[in-house]
Amino acid sequence: MNDTSSTNREASNDPASLAAGERSGAWRLVNTTLGPLLALAIVWLVFAGLDLARAEGGNFSKPRSFQVLARNTASVAVPALGMTIIIIAGGIDLSMGAAMALAATVGAYGFANGCAPTEAMALAVATGIAAGTINGALIGALRIVPFIVTLGTMMIFQGAGRWLAGDTPIRPPRASFAVIADFQSQYPDPAWQVFSTGVWVMLLLSIAVSLVLRYGVFGRYVFALGSNEATARLCGINVPWTRVAVYAIGGMFAGVAGIYQFAALGQGDPMGGVGKELRIIAAVVVGGGSLSGGRGSVLGTLSGAAIMAVIDHGSTMLSIGDMYQDILIGAIIIAAVALDQYRQRRMANSA
Amino acid sequence: MTQSGEPLLVMQRISKRFGATQALADVSFSVRGGEVMALVGENGAGKSTLMKILSGAHRPDAGEIRVAGRKFTPGSPQQARDAGVAMIYQELNLAPDLSVEDNIMLGREASRFGCLLRGRQRPRVEEALDLLGHGELRPDAPVRSLSVGAQQLVEIARALVHDAKVIVFDEPTSSLTGHDVEHLFAVIRRLRATGRAIVYISHFLDEVRQLCDRYTVLRDGRVAGAGSLAGVTEPEIVALMVGRSVEELFPTVPHTPGDVLLLIDGLCGNRFPVDAGVEIRRGEIFGVFGLVGAGRTELLRCIFGLDAVKSGRVRVADVPLAPTPRAAIAKGLGFVSEDRKGEGLAQDRSIADNLTYSRLRPYSTLGWLRLGQRRAAVQDWMTRLQVKAQSPEQEIASLSGGNQQKVAIARVLHQDAHVLLLDEPTRGIDVATKADIYRLIGQLAAEGRSVIFVSSYCHELLAVCDRIAVMSRGRVTAVRAVNDWNDKSIMAAAIDVEDKPAAHSTAHSATVDANTSAESGG
Repeated sequence: MNDTSSTNREASNDPASLAAGERSGAWRLVNTTLGPLLALAIVWLVFAGLDLARAEGGNFSKPRSFQVLARNTASVAVPALGMTIIIIAGGIDLSMGAAMALAATVGAYGFANGCAPTEAMALAVATGIAAGTINGALIGALRIVPFIVTLGTMMIFQGAGRWLAGDTPIRPPRASFAVIADFQSQYPDPAWQVFSTGVWVMLLLSIAVSLVLRYGVFGRYVFALGSNEATARLCGINVPWTRVAVYAIGGMFAGVAGIYQFAALGQGDPMGGVGKELRIIAAVVVGGGSLSGGRGSVLGTLSGAAIMAVIDHGSTMLSIGDMYQDILIGAIIIAAVALDQYRQRRMANSA
Repeated sequence: MTQSGEPLLVMQRISKRFGATQALADVSFSVRGGEVMALVGENGAGKSTLMKILSGAHRPDAGEIRVAGRKFTPGSPQQARDAGVAMIYQELNLAPDLSVEDNIMLGREASRFGCLLRGRQRPRVEEALDLLGHGELRPDAPVRSLSVGAQQLVEIARALVHDAKVIVFDEPTSSLTGHDVEHLFAVIRRLRATGRAIVYISHFLDEVRQLCDRYTVLRDGRVAGAGSLAGVTEPEIVALMVGRSVEELFPTVPHTPGDVLLLIDGLCGNRFPVDAGVEIRRGEIFGVFGLVGAGRTELLRCIFGLDAVKSGRVRVADVPLAPTPRAAIAKGLGFVSEDRKGEGLAQDRSIADNLTYSRLRPYSTLGWLRLGQRRAAVQDWMTRLQVKAQSPEQEIASLSGGNQQKVAIARVLHQDAHVLLLDEPTRGIDVATKADIYRLIGQLAAEGRSVIFVSSYCHELLAVCDRIAVMSRGRVTAVRAVNDWNDKSIMAAAIDVEDKPAAHSTAHSATVDANTSAESGG
């Protein structure tokens, strides 16, 4: 029923919606899907331009630089995929950085104590899942907002990691984890692989998450929960169970990210996640995820993570100090959210 | 009622166009001092545009406004307020953490060199509250601690302090309980007695009848009729509002009730309902009437398992029903919430999602959806219920209230509910869609489904239902066949029982009176 005449008649009752109806299709596409990608392109072009303008510049736009960018993107994007699901479901997980570090520590503990690599990695992922399950269960059982629950579990996970590691990073012998030592290396060992294994794993996980969000019944429930929890309840969706599953899956991604962290550092550092959760959340938010729930996308999150990788790497190439990077990333986060709210107001006005 | 000289408020030949839409065409409207004028019309008829022009939020394309004989061209709501035009909206504009006095004086503080002169303010505040007949409100109480009705008084007092000559009430009763409505009416009558001009906008024609002196009906941006309320009946006004005859308003479909499908026995919720017992038959439309806060919504929510059930039984086709929405849906119940925005629909999700959330199974294998198949099915439902939208992927928020409600009802039909619990299904919906919904309810009954139809609008229940129950203070106080009710008796049943035990506490604020009023149950 592509009956435009009837929709126009409908809209004509309300003058504001007429204009909005005409615009909304293209406007939404630009905002929700292409917006973050566009922002990524602009940020990249700005750095590439600045780099080319320098006397000894030009390295930033070389293929080699993309390998670094992709690798750096992956370390934020993987946990951010989990955070995307949580944020779409209307939640937040401040403990994710700590859970990552805990998973890395548990993995390192496994490697150091003679586990096979698959066993050690499974331990890390299981740690993440357990951490997420605890979050989801506490939020549901205690009816405390996720912000507070995960603030608390952030400290708990960090402390647990320090306890396990004896308050110092666990450094298993390099031979024990040789298989994954190159997991996040800048230049992958078989050169035909082009990007590090970690980047390919990130892409596989991204595809999986987008498929679940779009074609999975679970994905629909996640959006329902974040968009309007009361509606989800009304429709017979098992809200508590869905919430636990959401946080458990988020935790699973934290666990995988723990492997990334371990592979990059060669050690399990229980304090290695400090501040990471905010970067992860920032990637989702810059990518169009809404902290009020119901909105977010894999492509947006990947773009958000890549934007931060570009700023990091570009600033290093241009010898811009850390402090300026921080300022820039901070400004971009605020700009992204301001844009998001502007869009929401527009939509509210036109509805 | 003193009516002398030129009307206090005159709006003459006002026109306003938005893009291609003529929102107002040549609307003339005047209110005398000491008069309450009802402004009625369907959603989108132009009432709010007209009032936005009066309040300075919009500028008219043509026409003139005079207040107290002076030409009035407000450039902003602030200017309108200064010129003596005050608006009381259904959503209150108060700072909840400030005191009553601070809210009333907000923007008009008596001060010198930036210091508040409370001594100077207090008498003005007390004078305003006295004038409203509510001198008992403490000026230093924080507004947050007041009931909605009392908060509304604060807002009205603010208008008085601003020397408002014309006060517009825009749907003021929609969030009030029966008692607060009575109090508000008393306040408005006092304001009328002081010679102010009152404009009263409401969907509830019975309120209009009780309170107003004259009426103006807007339809499609024009004045469809105006006059004294003394000489017209309610259906006549409705007919003016919608531009069609009374018979077309409530289409019915012949149907015959069969055996009992839903049995409710001694159902008690946390507060409401209290010991509710009814039997609903297959193919029956069962109306539930009562004032706001009488426990109708709570009854439906308890049946559906959305609210906690303290005691009592719900049986569907003689099988006990566990009190959770999942169990209710599995047993063939469907619930349409009165609150489309907050509960009924996920506003920023698509029509397709909202329509199928409660039953994705037909389109899924091992947790994966066949979106194409779902889209086709949703399209069918949209055609069947005449949902006007571009595509099944369109966001709910972009639909009109009527189309949103059709999606909410379509969801319940999509899950193949045999017992439909409809809570105010026609609230905030245009008349054409209302008629669609009445017809649909009739068809569903003819198919042998049971419908519980909760409404605050007795005329629709009287036209559509087979039996009607009246609820009061959480109890089902009377159940009769529709022919044994009329608009007077049903209203009396709802109000009468309400008033006797409620003399000291309103239904909303009381938490324990459910027990004390036990003797009035039936």
